[in-house]
Amino acid sequence: MTRTSTLEGRMRRAGGLLVTPERAAAIKRRRRRDNLSAFGFLTPWMIGIIVIVLGPMLASLYLSFTNYDLIGTPSWIGLDNYKRMFTADSRFLHSVSVTVTYALVSAPAILVFSLLLALFLNKGIRFLAVYRSLFYIPSLLGASVAISVLWLQVFGGDGMFNDVLRLFGIKHGSWVGDPNTALGTVITLAVWTFGATMVIFLAGLRQIPESYYEAARLDGTNAWQRFWHVTFPSLTPVIFFNGLLVVVHSFESFTPAYVISGGTGQPADSLLMYTVYLYQRGFVDYQMGYASALAWILLLALAIIAGLIFWSSRYWVYYGEDS
Amino acid sequence: MTTTAVRPTQRPSRLIPRRPTKNRILAAWARHAVTIAILVIMLYPIIWMVDASFRPNALIGGNVPFTGPFTLQNYIDGLTPTSTLNFGLYFVNSFAIAALCVLGNLIACTLTGFAFARLEFPFKRVLFALVMGTLLLPYQVTLVPQYIIFNKIGWLNTFLPLVAPKFLAVDAFFIFLLVQFIRGLPRDLDEAARLDGCGNWGIFRRVILPLLGPAIATTAMFTFINAWNDFLGPTLYLSDPSKYTVPQGLAMFVDSTGQSSYGSLLAMATLSIAPLIGFFLAAQRLLTQGIATTGIK
Repeated sequence: MTRTSTLEGRMRRAGGLLVTPERAAAIKRRRRRDNLSAFGFLTPWMIGIIVIVLGPMLASLYLSFTNYDLIGTPSWIGLDNYKRMFTADSRFLHSVSVTVTYALVSAPAILVFSLLLALFLNKGIRFLAVYRSLFYIPSLLGASVAISVLWLQVFGGDGMFNDVLRLFGIKHGSWVGDPNTALGTVITLAVWTFGATMVIFLAGLRQIPESYYEAARLDGTNAWQRFWHVTFPSLTPVIFFNGLLVVVHSFESFTPAYVISGGTGQPADSLLMYTVYLYQRGFVDYQMGYASALAWILLLALAIIAGLIFWSSRYWVYYGEDS
Repeated sequence: MTTTAVRPTQRPSRLIPRRPTKNRILAAWARHAVTIAILVIMLYPIIWMVDASFRPNALIGGNVPFTGPFTLQNYIDGLTPTSTLNFGLYFVNSFAIAALCVLGNLIACTLTGFAFARLEFPFKRVLFALVMGTLLLPYQVTLVPQYIIFNKIGWLNTFLPLVAPKFLAVDAFFIFLLVQFIRGLPRDLDEAARLDGCGNWGIFRRVILPLLGPAIATTAMFTFINAWNDFLGPTLYLSDPSKYTVPQGLAMFVDSTGQSSYGSLLAMATLSIAPLIGFFLAAQRLLTQGIATTGIK
């Protein structure tokens, strides 16, 4: 409504006598028709959100209370799927612990690595654009099967990593084949793709006004004090944003663990990430109800984690004095 | 040292050039050296893979890169159809799917982005909150029913389950990106076009769309990358080997490969990342800006 009046005001100012009351009314009418036509623009999205997103979401909530193998009809079993998960399914609990370990190690490592390197690169280094692009390449490729295939080589028995270790006289078998180290190789892959996060940090660092640093210098601060009292507080919104993205993504990672374990979560279920387990239950065993319940537990867990991150942000994210 | 007179507590060292020029040049060199060292360690596996993909099978492993002898045999072997693998076909399939996904996302997300950025309609705030809500929705929560739907309507072993959703603007990230971009365009242009008799469609078609260049390029690029790398989608929906995509082919290959075909595996892996690197180098500015504004990966 406010914009309609702005438009009329603007036209009166611009056109003066040209805008008769009739013409203004006609414009108003057309504006109303245009507002309806907005839904024309939204049609693809509205179909999509109902048919591809919200509908299936509700359907999977319903299915999570049923037993369904894709052939018969879903049979209602109440909370049995959820009960079974927490009381009679050790692989579920194991996959949770694998995924939580993966997230707890990889997410902080990605954040610390990318922040340190962004700080390092931010000090007016030449060729920054080139370096930034090169650091981004692993993020570009990290989700591809090609890199998982390469990882099988790098951390295999005769792989590159062992070649390097041999230079130091260390002998070790296959890292991807050893249940104690397999998850470590997948975590390494995740941390390897820290470039995207670093690019966001670099953009954030550039937003900090130089005048803050000049003021801090005039106050006789040292580099550490400037980081702790200027850079870090100014960057907390970006750290919050990056943290949220990295944590959520770490729970959804699928391809590396799937390909490196040959789709099984082996060796000894050490690569049985939650997403891999869900895939097995749903699309290998065709337990559609149970897989839906797994998906909803994932959604609830992510909602709680994201909620906690949002809640905590009130205490550590700094949005400037006046807001 | 005039400042020391003004403010005796001031440490003067901070207001004059901190180090002699020679040391600063040295520090800059050291900074470059550290950066390059980290990059070499990070990118070495990729360099090794590219290098090994050009070597005769017997000579892979333990070599110094770029020292030869080199051959194209691995690429020829890899692309030659065998009884189980046909990478030429997989590349065609992958390109077809990625191109259709790009087309779908561009059409649907620009329309949606325009509506949310420029038009007024009932429940706009609620609906936009819905877009933002789906940004962080884990895909697993819709996966099973989507599979059941696509199965029931006979879309298994077609590209439709992978492509059709893109024409329905299901990628909230790109809607968000386009809304942000369109909001940044001056509204005066719309109003001028409206005075000239343009309706919403005319404004979209003649005013906004021609100005969307960078946002469209970013959307196209990221959609291509995601579709090209997608492994879960094709694994779910395409079980007929003639419909396989490159990632599926690679996963098949790795399960069946012996020492004799290791070179072709690396050659196909290298070839599969070549389009990504190519597009990236062509448009790296747009991409890094896109990441910086939206956090897309």
